Amino acid sequence: MSAPARHTALRAYLPPAFGLAVLVGFFVAVEIMIQGGILNRFIVPPPSEIIGSFGRVIVEEHIFSRFMLTLGECLSAGVMLTVFGVAGGVLMHRFKLLQQACETWVAAMASAPIVLMYPLFMVIFGRSSLTIVMIGFIAALPPVILKTIEGLSGTRKVLINVGKSFNLTRSQQFWKILFPAALPTIFVGIRLGLIFALINIVGVEFLINYGGLGQLINDLAERYDLAGTYAAICFVILVSVLFFMTLEKVERWLRPAD
Amino acid sequence: MAETGRLTHAAPAAPALSPVTLLRIAIIVTVLVGWELLSRSGWLYRDVVPSWIAIGHALFDLLTSGEYYFNLAVTAGEIGAALAIGGLSGMAIGILLGANRFLSKAFEHFLYYLGPTPKIIFFPIMIMWFGVGPGSKIALGTLSCFFPVALSAAAGMRQIDKVIIKVGKSFRASTMQMVWKIYLPAMRHPIINGVRLGLGVALIGTLLAETKLSNKGIGFLIIQAYSIFDMPRMYAMLIVLFVLAIGANALVGRLGGLHTIRR
Repeated sequence: MSAPARHTALRAYLPPAFGLAVLVGFFVAVEIMIQGGILNRFIVPPPSEIIGSFGRVIVEEHIFSRFMLTLGECLSAGVMLTVFGVAGGVLMHRFKLLQQACETWVAAMASAPIVLMYPLFMVIFGRSSLTIVMIGFIAALPPVILKTIEGLSGTRKVLINVGKSFNLTRSQQFWKILFPAALPTIFVGIRLGLIFALINIVGVEFLINYGGLGQLINDLAERYDLAGTYAAICFVILVSVLFFMTLEKVERWLRPAD
Repeated sequence: MAETGRLTHAAPAAPALSPVTLLRIAIIVTVLVGWELLSRSGWLYRDVVPSWIAIGHALFDLLTSGEYYFNLAVTAGEIGAALAIGGLSGMAIGILLGANRFLSKAFEHFLYYLGPTPKIIFFPIMIMWFGVGPGSKIALGTLSCFFPVALSAAAGMRQIDKVIIKVGKSFRASTMQMVWKIYLPAMRHPIINGVRLGLGVALIGTLLAETKLSNKGIGFLIIQAYSIFDMPRMYAMLIVLFVLAIGANALVGRLGGLHTIRR
């Protein structure tokens, strides 16, 4: 490797390495403060104890089946989101009057704290996975509808004119021109929807003490297993981050090169 | 003289209500009537879909009770404190990351990926650190609103016109003068947008924490209505809460002039 190339590589890797070093340094400092009695270990367990309890939480708390349950709920909400959200967006794009009448309502719904309806959903659907899936679905629906409308409305005029010049029927125009052109934007909506769904699903699992990963945190906290609680929280964050990264990769793969 | 093509009839008067308004009214009326019919049909468990009259009564009782306003003030105070702490710290960190490329590359991806994780799962930790009172709710609201504000401020800082920064530097402005007179006015829109997002998530975080463990606040009232199965009261509270949340969100956007941004 030539000297300038080495210099460029160093410049690229130095900031993330520094960030990681600061994070590790922070955990070492917390460990020292706990061991030195400055921080109360009954409030903040030592990081070494948290790392040590990872194995125990994974094996004893059946974390894989819990993960699969949360993932299943998330995917069920995702399928419903895609079907109803995209269909709603297409319907509103097709009937302009409906779009003009309802788009503001959908946007307002996006800023409403829908997850707070979970006690209502518990009354309707019971303390079950259905409540969790329905909350995830309803709370994440607005971005999918809005992005579908945005994608369809943003189709380039030239593409629509090409379709017209080929005398395509309304259905052919939709499936061969509008929908493929809008697909990348629709996927942005689905990605946002899935993120909202995951947040709400894990949150409601924690709140109603039912289901997968969210319930695990509540369970461990109620048992006052502090190290286990911290480890479970770290695990949920890790799963969420991996979920977002995967969605981002799929989105990049779907988006045509600019 | 030949008659020119003059208008002989008056132009038709514009309809009093536009088709959009008519459709909106039709949708609202259909929902209200459908709800009332469902409520009286007996197909669902009694009170799951209470009649609009019962919800109206509950709404009236709610809005005329002092207890509700006391709890509303408690929740508003918690959300205000969370927004102040999370918003200011988020803005400070965002400005720092936006101004320094090295720090941005070192730490911003942590914020980017931690931002959309579910914050309510931190509630057991917040209870351990700040107790079961309002402190833990404020802490959860703070944690929720910190990320969107910090990320918006960092992005806003990077999009400031370099010329404006050079003007500030050529006047030898101090760091504080640069922040107050150059950075903050130039990044007003992204910051307001961040605060708007922050307000939404702080509200959700605080209220969810109240539903989990508290003895006052709107979240507590909602879960209390659930536990005594007072469904009309729960619907009434959710309606008021949604109106307040959507109104607050729109107000912050309007105050910050977000509607004036050219797209």
